[in-house]
Amino acid sequence: MADISSNFLGIKSPNPFWLASAPPTDKEYNVVRAYEAGWGGVVWKTLGENPHVVNVNGPRYGAIHGNDRRLLGLNNIELITDRSLEINLEEITRVKKNWPDRALIVSLMVPCEEQNWINILKRVEETGCDGIELNFGCPHGMSERGMGAAVGQVPEYVEMVTRWCKTHSDLPVIVKLTPNISDVRQSARAAHRGGADAVSLINTINSIVGVDLDLMAPTPTVDGKGTHGGYCGPAVKPIALNMVAEIARDPETQGLPISGIGGITTWKDAAEFMVLGSGNVQVCTAAMTYGFKIVTELAEGLSNWMDEKGYSSLDDFVGQAVPNVTDWKYLNLNYIAKASIDQDLCIKCGRCHIACEDTSHQAITATVDGVRKFEVIDDECVGCNLCVSVCPVEDCISMVQMTEGTDPRTNKPIDPSYANWTTHPNNPSAIKAAE
Amino acid sequence: MTIKTGEGPDIRSSRLAQEEYSKNFGDIHPPLASHEAYVEADRCYFCYDAPCTVACPTSIDIPMFIRQISADNVKGAAKTIFEENILGGMCARVCPTETLCEQACVRQEAEGKPVKIGLLQRYATDHLLEEGDKVFERAALTGRKIAVVGAGPAGLSCAHRLAMHGHDVTVYDARKKAGGLNEYGIAAYKSVDNFAQREVEFLLSIGGITLELGKGLGKDLSLAELRQKYDAVFLGMGLAGVNALRAEGEDLEGVVDAVSYISDLRQSKDLSVLPVGRKVVVIGGGMTAVDAAVQSKLLGAEEVTILYRRGKEQMNASEYEQDLAQTKGVTIRHWVKPNRLIGVNGKVSAIECEYTENTSGSLKGTGETFTLNADMVFKAIGQNFIAAPLNGSAEVVELESGRIRVGEDRRTSLGDVWAGGDCIAGGEDLTVAAVEDGKVAAEAINAFLNA
Repeated sequence: MADISSNFLGIKSPNPFWLASAPPTDKEYNVVRAYEAGWGGVVWKTLGENPHVVNVNGPRYGAIHGNDRRLLGLNNIELITDRSLEINLEEITRVKKNWPDRALIVSLMVPCEEQNWINILKRVEETGCDGIELNFGCPHGMSERGMGAAVGQVPEYVEMVTRWCKTHSDLPVIVKLTPNISDVRQSARAAHRGGADAVSLINTINSIVGVDLDLMAPTPTVDGKGTHGGYCGPAVKPIALNMVAEIARDPETQGLPISGIGGITTWKDAAEFMVLGSGNVQVCTAAMTYGFKIVTELAEGLSNWMDEKGYSSLDDFVGQAVPNVTDWKYLNLNYIAKASIDQDLCIKCGRCHIACEDTSHQAITATVDGVRKFEVIDDECVGCNLCVSVCPVEDCISMVQMTEGTDPRTNKPIDPSYANWTTHPNNPSAIKAAE
Repeated sequence: MTIKTGEGPDIRSSRLAQEEYSKNFGDIHPPLASHEAYVEADRCYFCYDAPCTVACPTSIDIPMFIRQISADNVKGAAKTIFEENILGGMCARVCPTETLCEQACVRQEAEGKPVKIGLLQRYATDHLLEEGDKVFERAALTGRKIAVVGAGPAGLSCAHRLAMHGHDVTVYDARKKAGGLNEYGIAAYKSVDNFAQREVEFLLSIGGITLELGKGLGKDLSLAELRQKYDAVFLGMGLAGVNALRAEGEDLEGVVDAVSYISDLRQSKDLSVLPVGRKVVVIGGGMTAVDAAVQSKLLGAEEVTILYRRGKEQMNASEYEQDLAQTKGVTIRHWVKPNRLIGVNGKVSAIECEYTENTSGSLKGTGETFTLNADMVFKAIGQNFIAAPLNGSAEVVELESGRIRVGEDRRTSLGDVWAGGDCIAGGEDLTVAAVEDGKVAAEAINAFLNA
């Protein structure tokens, strides 16, 4: 059996699955239930200063569903904890004492003044928690008050507040980043400069989840009005994966521990985040959709996969895919692939044909000798993978590499050597360099 | 139908408690609720040149209407259906989808579970009929007049399309109600809540169609007269004749024509008053045989047996219908033919059967016989076209294999007369095929009138 115990910044937990700072971690009651269910750790819902914030008393969430009401994306306009600082600190202290083997991180958000941070850090340290996470990501409500994403969007502020926390506390500091920026590396670098022990990402994405066409207002609608909220859930995973990878492969932040967040629903999602450089992962929407029991599948699935692959500990695979994330310009332009349709698996829906015919390269037949048949025309196929993407049958269409002969589309012989855009004759910069 | 109750054969009404009738004759396929429809719609792959559409005799753009359901545009979905098949509501109920659209569905090939196209079609069309939205407008009135003979699926389809083109249509039917087999044929549990009449009302709501009921060709009307009075004539009178058994004892009391029994059942306001035998034998292998057999069982018959002279594969009833019959407790016996009907005091009491075999392409009795007790015997061995009402015309409509000969555009040998539905040669005995005939003929008539 693989060992899935986690050591993130020296914080130990029986597995790498933490609950993200969010509604599921707002109270002792919920957190204890999470620990009982088997979660490795929690990041307590963001604490703020007294008087505590208030939430709207109408809907806080909106969702994107598939036809069978599968929740694909969730949007929220909830703020940080709306309970008093004292109650939260008291509960945190008690929970940590009762559950010493689980990670307990406290998320924080106070105004951008050094003294405010000093004040809260002292009180948080007394709880015995394992570390703090700086909420520089919340995109709604709090950001209007100069906190959350309003800080995370200014690298100088990220660095400054991180430094205050490192200066005034011995606790490990995780900086939670907002995706609502143009280049996440800037925020990560700032956190790194400020002395952060780790970054966590992504926080939610600014969004309007839908519009009620009768009310003529965004959803969720509070008394006829709506506001932008934070988008999360399975739909945001690709965005999060990219941001994690960008930080993992950035020379300036290389080696900076990452706690991966964003739509993680299954063990496989978690593994993807981890091979892209996340030392552990945080989960929220999946738990809010299905309850805490899902951690059983997460832990068991990850462990089985590790056994299958021969990984004995998390360190064996964390970051393994990072070297394979590269810039477009370094992709091998001599690599030639053609789509190939397995006629035995083909159910003749014709989606590959119409997608290719209408929107791409006219490289798939609809009929062959007058009979309904979908075949790839290698002379036209650019190997784009659209047909694979739209085919409803798994493994029916695959991309097959051409390793010898001539590409019938270009009439050029297959070149086994590697060549990329940086040296391509059509690249003006390449030509310049050659001169 | 003459059935007397009393001594001898056990034929009687009220075999069941009152509530069992409504349970037995309730909707056989409960309609999809809206969430079910969304989920089912999501299974459609929106195929290119969709095989389901190709398989549909009326060429309904099935992927499009399913996508419209999926996109919460149920009215649009219904319109897509009605544009090609104005009786799409009834077809959703009675089409043998398992041999048409659903057989062609790529999911049938992929996993043996096609998208439930029939139920989705019903979901969309029911919605529109309930909402009562008007989806079709008539073109500018042309002042041209067309007579349609027969208010069945072919005639109604033709009339609607002609009305859309701005022509005025008069539909004649010998019966008291419009709808043809939708009203008088078809098992009751496939068309509950007076659906056939509701659909007729919907169809007529376009305007420009006048119904003349209780007027039959050859009795109240003649083709020559219609041709004189109207710019064109469409014949969709179906099959009025019932094939005879040509077996001894056919005239015994208790030997009943299945078509008229089904019709009586459909028109019965109280099924408990409808007499049915305790032991029922149905002779035939088509939908009518199955409808008669299943409904006898549902009326409380104890034993119901279908006798068919050939094998399962040759039965005209779809496999689905055969399965349904068996699920309802009907026994189907293949390779058996009736030799003679045995009577007591003029009433049928048993049927002598002979096994059959197919030797070198011809069906023969094997000589081995057995006897089945029967209180009631249904004849369901097909119907035939009665050409007599067409006679008396100055010119004769040419026939082919006993039915009206038509061309691709459903035009008969007479230049101003079109025909469709079961009465034409090659008629498929399918509601949906009749609808298509009516539609094709209407387009041809329109082109003829505009020429």
